[in-house]
Amino acid sequence: MAETLQNLALGFSVALQPPVLLYAFIGCVVGTLVGVLPGVGPLAGISLLLPATFGLTATNAIVMLAGIYYGAMYGGSTTSILMRIPGEAASVMTCIDGYAMARKGRAGAALAIAAIGSFIAGTVSVVALMLLAPPLANFALRFGPPEYFALLLLGLLVLAYMSGGSMVKSLAMAVLGLLLGMVGIDQMSGYFRFAYGVMELGDGLGVVPIAVGLFGIAEVLATAGQEVPPKVLKPKLRELLPSRQEWRDSVMPIGRGTVLGFLIGIIPGSAHIIASFVSYAVERRLSRHPEEFGQGAVAGVAGPESANNSATSGAFVPMLALGVPSGPIPAVMLAALMVHGVSPGPLLIKQQPELFWGFIASMYVGNLMLLALNLPMVGIFVNVLRVPYSFLYPSIIMFCVVGVYAVNGSVVDVWIALIMGALGYILRKLGFETAPIVLGAILAPMIELALRQSLAMSDGQYAIFVSRPISGTLLAFGAALLLLNLVSWMVRGPDWRRRIPLDEKGENL
Amino acid sequence: MLTTDRIGGSALCLLALFVMWESRALPLGTWRQPGPGYFPVLLAALLLILGALVWAMGGGAAPVAGVGWGEARHALVILAVSAFICLGLERLGYRLTMLSALLVLVWLVERKSLLAAAVFAFALSFGSYYLFDTLLRVALPRGPFGI
Repeated sequence: MAETLQNLALGFSVALQPPVLLYAFIGCVVGTLVGVLPGVGPLAGISLLLPATFGLTATNAIVMLAGIYYGAMYGGSTTSILMRIPGEAASVMTCIDGYAMARKGRAGAALAIAAIGSFIAGTVSVVALMLLAPPLANFALRFGPPEYFALLLLGLLVLAYMSGGSMVKSLAMAVLGLLLGMVGIDQMSGYFRFAYGVMELGDGLGVVPIAVGLFGIAEVLATAGQEVPPKVLKPKLRELLPSRQEWRDSVMPIGRGTVLGFLIGIIPGSAHIIASFVSYAVERRLSRHPEEFGQGAVAGVAGPESANNSATSGAFVPMLALGVPSGPIPAVMLAALMVHGVSPGPLLIKQQPELFWGFIASMYVGNLMLLALNLPMVGIFVNVLRVPYSFLYPSIIMFCVVGVYAVNGSVVDVWIALIMGALGYILRKLGFETAPIVLGAILAPMIELALRQSLAMSDGQYAIFVSRPISGTLLAFGAALLLLNLVSWMVRGPDWRRRIPLDEKGENL
Repeated sequence: MLTTDRIGGSALCLLALFVMWESRALPLGTWRQPGPGYFPVLLAALLLILGALVWAMGGGAAPVAGVGWGEARHALVILAVSAFICLGLERLGYRLTMLSALLVLVWLVERKSLLAAAVFAFALSFGSYYLFDTLLRVALPRGPFGI
C-alpha cells in the first residue's frame, strides 16, 4: 500500500505539471462536446483527434485522449436529459428517466445527479484501476502465446455475447473484422496478402480509417437527411441542487452503478453501453417502486450514469496491464500509445512508471475538472446543438478526412475510411453491429501471431491451448458463453441482451 | 420472404467464397505449421458457416422492404463529394479541395444561401488548415501555387 501511495505521489507530480493539466482540460472540454453532439461518439472523437496528439509527448497524448473518453461519458448525459437524444450510446438509458425528470421541472437536479454520480464513479473506479492493474500486470508476465491467443479469442466471444441482438451476427462481424486485419504483409513469412499491388496496404488497414469510417462517416450518412432535433429544455443554475429526497434516492444506485460498471468495464465488449443497461435493469429490479421507472425515477439516472463512467476506467485495466484492448475505444488508445513508441503490457508499469502513474493521477484531476465544467457550463455546451445539422455534418466530414489523412499522410487511408463508411451505413440498415468489426481488425494480427507462435512452440500440437492451465480456463469460459447462448436460443425467450435494441427504440419500456 | 438477415447472410457467404478464391495464391502450409494463407482461409470458412447460419435463422428478421432508405439519396451525394475529396486532396491541395467540397455540400446539397455557404466553406477549410497544419504541425497537402 505504501508503495502504491508513493507511486501515486509520483503520478501527481506528473499530472499537476501545467502542460499535462492543459491537455487534460482540452481533452475534457472536447470530450464533453463530443458527448453532447449526437452521432459523434467517443470512438469517433478519439479517432479524429488522434493526429493532433502526434506532436505531444506520450503522457500528454494519453491524458488528452482519456479526457475525451470520460468527458464524452459526462457530456452524453446532457442531451439525454434535456432533449431525450443520447449524445452517445451509453447515455440511452439516461434518456428515459432523465428526460422524464426534466419534463417535471427537475432538469437541473437530474443533471447534478448525473454529474455527481459520474464524478464519484469515476474517482472510485480510478482507485480500483490503480490497485488492480499492477498485480494483474505481474500475473500477465506468466502469459505466453497460447494464453494470449485464448485471451484474445475470449475477448471476441464476450464482445459477441454481450452485444445486443444475435450472437451469430455479432460473431460474423467479428470474423469480418479479423479478415480485414489479414490485409497486408504477413508478419511471419513476409507474404503480401490481399494488397492488390497497393503498396500502402502493406502495413494493413489502419485502425483509424476503419473506426472513423464505420462510426464517423457511417453516422453522417445515416443521419444527414434527418429533421432538426427537438427543442432543448434549459435549466437555470439555481435549479441544479437536488432535494434531500433525491440525494437519498441516488446514494445506493451510485454505489451499485460504480461497482457494476467497473466489473463490466474489465470484460471485453462495448462495456460502457452494457454497464448502463445492466445498471438500469438492476435498479428497476431492486426498487421498491419499479412503477416510477420511466416516469422520472432518480435511480434511473444515478445508476446508469455512474455505471458508464466507472466502466470507462475498468476498460483501461486490461489495456494497461495486459496490452489487450477490451473494446474499440481502448484499442484506438492503444494504437495512439504505439504511435508514441510505448508498448502497453505487463512491463509498462515497471519500465515507464511516470507515464502509468501520471495517467492514473490525471484521471483524478480530470474527474474534478469535469465536475466543475459540466454543472455551471451546461448551457454553453447545449448551445452546440443549436448549430444546424446542415452545417454540422460537413464539418464532421472535414474532421474525418483530416483525422484519417494525418495518421500516415496517405489518401489511400481516406479511401479506406470512405469504403468503411459506406459499409457501416449498409450494415446499420441491415441491423448488423459494427463494433465487433473494429475489434476484430485490431486483434487479427495479434491472434494470428499468437496462434502460429503457439504451434511453433508445441511442434504443431493443438493440445497446447487446453493443456496449459490459464489458456485452458480462458477457452473453457469462451465455450461456456457459446453454450449459454445456444441454450438461450433453444429456449427462445429474449434474454437481457436481446432487449437492448428494443429498449433503445423505446419499444420495451 | 426477403429479410435483412437473409440479404446480410448471403453477402457474408459471397464474401467468404471470394476470400477463399483470392487466397489460392497464398501457401496454406500444413495443419501443424500454418502458412500465410492458413488463417485467412480458416476465417473465410468460419465466415461462410456464420453467414449460412445468419441466412438460415433470418426468416423472421425485418423484411427488406420495411427498411427505410429515405436518406439514401442524400447519403450517396455525400459519398460522391467525399470521393471527390479523396481524388482532389493531393492534386488540388487540402484547402481548395475542402473549400469546393464544403461549398457543394452546404450550397447545392443543403440549399443554404451562397453567401452563407461561401463564408462557412472558406472559414472552415482555411481555418482548419491553419489549426492542423500550422499550429498542430499535421502536414496537409498543398496544391497549385502552394495553396
